Amino acid sequence: MIPELGHLALILALCLALVQATLPMIGAWRGDRQWMSLAQPAAWGQFAFLLFSFACLAHAFLVDDFSVAYVASNSNSALPWYYKLSAVWGAHEGSLLLWALILGGWTFAVSVFSRQLPEEMLARVLGVMGIISCGFLLFLLITSNPFGRLLPQMPTDGRDLNPLLQDFGLIVHPPMLYMGYVGFSVAFAFAIAALLGGRLDAAWARWSRPWTLVAWSFLGFGIVLGSWWAYYELGWGGWWFWDPVENASFMPWLLGTALLHSLAVTEKRGVFKSWTVLLAIAAFSLSLLGTFLVRSGVLTSVHAFANDPERGIFVLGFLLVVVGSSLTLFAIRAPVVKSQVGFALWSREMLLLVNNLVLMVAASTILLGTLYPLLLDALSGAKLSVGPPYFNALFLPLMGLLMLTLGVGVLVRWKDTPQKWLIGMLTPVLLASVVLAAAASFLLGDFAWAVLATCFLAAWVVLTGVRDLLDKTRHKGLLKGMLSLSPSYWGMQLAHAGLAVCALGIVLTSQESVERDLRMAPNDTLELSGYRFVFEGTRHHLGPNYEGDRGTIRVFEDGDEVAVLHPEKRIYTVRGMPMTEAGIDAGFTRDIYVALGEPLENGAWAVRLHIKPFVRWIWLGGLLTALGGVLAASDRRYRVKVKTRVREALGLAGQGV
Amino acid sequence: MNPVRKKRLFIILGLLAGVGIALALALSALQQNINLFYTPTQIVNGEAPEGARIRAGGLVEVGSLQRSEDSLTATFRVTDGKETVTIRYQGILPDLFREGQGIVALGKVSGDGVLVADEVLAKHDENYMPPEVTQALEQSGKLKHYEGAKQEVKQ
Repeated sequence: MIPELGHLALILALCLALVQATLPMIGAWRGDRQWMSLAQPAAWGQFAFLLFSFACLAHAFLVDDFSVAYVASNSNSALPWYYKLSAVWGAHEGSLLLWALILGGWTFAVSVFSRQLPEEMLARVLGVMGIISCGFLLFLLITSNPFGRLLPQMPTDGRDLNPLLQDFGLIVHPPMLYMGYVGFSVAFAFAIAALLGGRLDAAWARWSRPWTLVAWSFLGFGIVLGSWWAYYELGWGGWWFWDPVENASFMPWLLGTALLHSLAVTEKRGVFKSWTVLLAIAAFSLSLLGTFLVRSGVLTSVHAFANDPERGIFVLGFLLVVVGSSLTLFAIRAPVVKSQVGFALWSREMLLLVNNLVLMVAASTILLGTLYPLLLDALSGAKLSVGPPYFNALFLPLMGLLMLTLGVGVLVRWKDTPQKWLIGMLTPVLLASVVLAAAASFLLGDFAWAVLATCFLAAWVVLTGVRDLLDKTRHKGLLKGMLSLSPSYWGMQLAHAGLAVCALGIVLTSQESVERDLRMAPNDTLELSGYRFVFEGTRHHLGPNYEGDRGTIRVFEDGDEVAVLHPEKRIYTVRGMPMTEAGIDAGFTRDIYVALGEPLENGAWAVRLHIKPFVRWIWLGGLLTALGGVLAASDRRYRVKVKTRVREALGLAGQGV
Repeated sequence: MNPVRKKRLFIILGLLAGVGIALALALSALQQNINLFYTPTQIVNGEAPEGARIRAGGLVEVGSLQRSEDSLTATFRVTDGKETVTIRYQGILPDLFREGQGIVALGKVSGDGVLVADEVLAKHDENYMPPEVTQALEQSGKLKHYEGAKQEVKQ
């Protein structure tokens, strides 16, 4: 009975989404306040029904209701309760329900926190989000109903959750990623609403900014979590594969980054308006594309699970409608919005423009590499793949360029900067960075150009940040001045420092990692870059829903034991699927990573040993960047006195037209 | 032409040149790094270029996996139902590598027609079949046969 209630709630949510998508829009067009005021209750009702529906599905999982087809194929009575709960979004139907729920949540948040918006604007924003919601709820109900029953032949037990997904990382990774993906729908809705209203001004950028920041931070968290999960769960010790599905989450992040910077220019200076709108449309379109790529099964990828091609066609159609109609609207409306303000070569506007260009080019090259195999397959039937060297060769130099411009961009002023002053600011930073890079490269031993260059760029980014901080606090004194700086400034500094940390982690790990695959019998030892590994054999043991062999490997450095690692090979009994659990000794400057391959004869195993220096820095940097976004979004100026500012801005915009 | 227009023209030309160079670089990098897929039949017929990195895939033949005594070198045969190709791989095979399963290997064809693989991909879902392998089986007309066999095993 409960699953049927969930299904019913889903249908009711769709009805409310239809109301939310149509009536307020018509109201905003005709200036009918009563119709516009329908948007908020519709959004709240929709969210409530979605929440109820999600709770019904979670309930079906927790009580092992295997008459529900989705539960039967993704759960098992032996599964621990927390994995039963996370299994709700472990496969296609449930993860789409989560998508819809999160969209409902964002809509709810917008309707609650944006009451100071002009009525028309709010009605349009909620209307656009209602349209997106309609699309996804229709998709859910038509092609992927999670509440379908297997009656009367109901299985006695479920087919278990894919063992790869039975992990803490998978409990949090998809919701975070979806929060990001779906969060860009808010920026998209603001952009479309602004286009519809014909008013693209600083006020619009200011409303949109905190939402974009939060969504972008969530997406960053999600990507970092996914990378970390792949590292310890897949047993290869890799943390990024340029896999199409990873790219699908990374492209919206890159465009989101560009959007944040462009929004800053639009808010502060009133330029780049059309460009910002285009970026908002592109970021959300790429989020939809990501959903399409993951859910359609057109890709050969580690994420490609068995899928139904019909669903892919629906998402693709939806994607085409969204992109097509928003670009059409853009083409009709954008020429109306023009900016009159000019800026010089050495101005922050110009450097942020370069930032945007670099990020756009980076995202485009990734898009090309990701879609090229698909296009060629569709056109000529040739099957091929694009390897990581392509992505590395194009992406890494672009990021170098980005970090170089970042340093200058932090220091230059809006509109124009005296070149003498700029050179005076940058010269000490340049010298210090060169010295630091040379010192770091010397300390690390083996010389490599990549390491030297990255150390320089990281030092450049951090030191220009420090230089700017000193400049900003020169009148008040360092401590007092630092306290008076706004959270959004600190957010920027944190995010930029995160980028430097992440770049260092990536390059140092790639350059300095040592890896060895070998056959080890019990009591075999191996020396690897200063560490001695002793394999003590494996013991068989039983888990709740798996059986496994647990190995013991002792690691010594200079005769002292530094770690005892227990890599495991598990066989999940229901699906008969083997899984590798790596043994990791995590450290600030290096990880020791051990994984079991397959058993060989006489108790010997194929063993994979890695020493990965600075690998944690990759995720640390990513976390810092995401935290920077959250910090910037918490800035009071987005909340306090928005009302009066909005009026002012609108008044100005009215005169401008 | 007045100076403003002239300046604009130069900016636009500069942008176009930049975009053109970026595109040319990207495409040439792409050309160098694509790995084409070949079916076992194509490889046996000598259609796959020797020495270039390619993708090959098919079903791992039952009973064909052999491990070396003292190293991690493994050899196995993959088939599309018509022809088979021997693949040699040094290292740890993925968790889901099993005989009878569809896999994709990346590597180079050596002179004796053996594919020396540096990467072997098997997917994380037991029901999942790499699209390339499905196509290879379709071309050799063995897909129905394979699916029928799978049905029987399940029942």
